[in-house]
Amino acid sequence: MKSFIEYIVSVFKGLWTLLVGMKVTAKYFFTPWNHVTQQYPENRDTLVMFERFRGEVIMPHTENNEHLCTGCGICEINCPNGSIEIISKSILTPEGKKKRIIDQHIYHLGMCTLCNLCVKACPTGAIVMGQKFEHAVWDRALLTKVLNQPGSKIAEGVKE
Amino acid sequence: MAFNIYDFTTLTHSIHVGLAESFSPVVATTIEWIIVGVTYLLFVALFGLFLVYAERKVCAAFQQRLGPMRVGPWGLLQTIADFIKLLMKELIMPRKADWFLYNIAPFIVIIASFMAIAILPFAPGLQSFDFDIGIFYLTAVSSVGVIGILIAGWSSNNKYSLIGAMRSGAQILSYELSVSLSLLTMVVFAGSMQFSTIVEGQRDAWYIFSGHIPAMIAFIIFLIAGTAETNRGPFDLAEAESELVAGFHTEYSGVKFAMFFLAEYINLFIISAVAATVFLGGWMPLHFGNLESFNHVMDFIPPVVWFFGKVLFVIFIIMWFKWTFPRLRVDQILTLEWKYLLPINLVNILLMALVVLTKFHF
Repeated sequence: MKSFIEYIVSVFKGLWTLLVGMKVTAKYFFTPWNHVTQQYPENRDTLVMFERFRGEVIMPHTENNEHLCTGCGICEINCPNGSIEIISKSILTPEGKKKRIIDQHIYHLGMCTLCNLCVKACPTGAIVMGQKFEHAVWDRALLTKVLNQPGSKIAEGVKE
Repeated sequence: MAFNIYDFTTLTHSIHVGLAESFSPVVATTIEWIIVGVTYLLFVALFGLFLVYAERKVCAAFQQRLGPMRVGPWGLLQTIADFIKLLMKELIMPRKADWFLYNIAPFIVIIASFMAIAILPFAPGLQSFDFDIGIFYLTAVSSVGVIGILIAGWSSNNKYSLIGAMRSGAQILSYELSVSLSLLTMVVFAGSMQFSTIVEGQRDAWYIFSGHIPAMIAFIIFLIAGTAETNRGPFDLAEAESELVAGFHTEYSGVKFAMFFLAEYINLFIISAVAATVFLGGWMPLHFGNLESFNHVMDFIPPVVWFFGKVLFVIFIIMWFKWTFPRLRVDQILTLEWKYLLPINLVNILLMALVVLTKFHF
C-alpha cells in the first residue's frame, strides 16, 4: 500500500516538475521583447555592447592627453601569450632625478585571447577592456597597436 | 459551381456531377482520384514547409532568439530555400547498402503518413473517405511508418542508423499501445470509430469537456504518447543528434532525406489533427449548452478555421514539449510507458466505462 501511494505521488510530482519547466519556457515565449538576438548589420548604429564585454585592451586618456600607465611592465609579465610589450625610457624629472616612464605600450591584438589578466594585474588601472568588436583589417600589421597616444604623459599623482 | 465555406459537400458534389456529365464513369473516377491526390500532395508539401518554419520560429522564441530572419520578410522564404537546396543535392548511397531496401524506405515512411492523413475530416465534406473503423484504420496505418524506419536503419549498413532504427522500433511499439488505448477510451465514450460520427457527437460539447476527468487524462496521455510516436523531442532517441549523428537517416541525402523530414512533420500534423478531432471537436465550433447567441457567433467562424486553429494549438503544445524537456534515456522512455502510461491508461479506460455506464457526463 505504501509503495502504491508513493507511485501515485510520483506521478503528480513528475507532472508538476514538467509544468514548472514549461512555465519557464512559456515566460520566454510570451515575452518576445526580451529576446537577445541582435540584428547586427542593421542595428549597427544603435548597438551597445554589454559592460562586461571584452573587445580589446585600451588605455583611456583624459582630455589633457594623460594616462595612468607608469610603465611598470606588470601587464607584460602577466600576459600568458606575450601580446603586450612595454618599451620604457628614462627621463630626468625637474628635481633632477632619473625616472623610468612608458615610451610605448605595444599591444598585439592578433595574439590576444582577451583573458583580462593584464587588466586585473595593472596596479594603477591604466588599461581596461574596450567594447569595440569590429576588428577586421586587411593587413595583420594593423593589429599591432600602440596604446599610449603620442605625446601623452602620466597623470599627476599616480603612485609608482 | 456552388461554393460554401461552411459545408464543402456541395462543392465536391458539383465537381463530381460536372465530371460525370462530361466523361465516362471510369475516366471521371480516375480524374477525381488524381485531383484528390494532387490536393493532398500540395497540402502536405505546403503545410510541411510551413511547419518547419513554424518549428524554427517557435523554437527560437522559446530560447529567446528570433529564428530565421534573413530570407524574405521575417525569414518566411527560408524553408522554401532550404527545400530547393535539398532537391538539388547529390544523392549519395553507401557502397555496401542494400540497394532495394535503402531506396524504398523513404517511400514506405511517407506513404504511411499519406494513408493516415486521408482519413482526417478537415471540414464537412472535406474528407476523402470516411468509414466505420476510422480510428482502427488510423492506428493501424500510422504504425506502418516504423517499418520504413527500421528498413532505413537496417539497409544503410551503418551502426548509427541501426541503433537509431532499433530505438525507434522499441519506442514506437511501446507507445503505440498508449496511443491506441487513449483513443479507445474516447471510442468507448463516443460509441463509434467513425470520424464523422465522432465529430458530429461533439456538437453540443467537445469530448474533452463532456468526458471531463477520464477524457482529460486520455488527452494528456495521448499528447505524451503521440509525441513519442512521431519521434519528436523529448523522445527523439531515434535521431539523437548528440549520440547517433542523425539516427536512421544518417546515410540519406537530398530528396530522400527530405522525404523523411517531411514525413516527420506530416506525422506531427496527423497526431495533432487526431487529438483535435477526437478530443477538441475537430471542425466543430465551440458550443456551450444553452448559450444560443454565443453558439451562433461561434458558428459564424468557418469549420476549416476551427479545425486548423485546434490543430495549430496542439502542434504548439507538442513543440512546447520539445523545446522545454531534455531527451529521455532509453530506460526512462520504457519506464514511462510500461510503468506509468500503460497502467494509468488501463485504469482510465475502466473509469471511462464507468462514466458511460452511469451516464455521469454532460
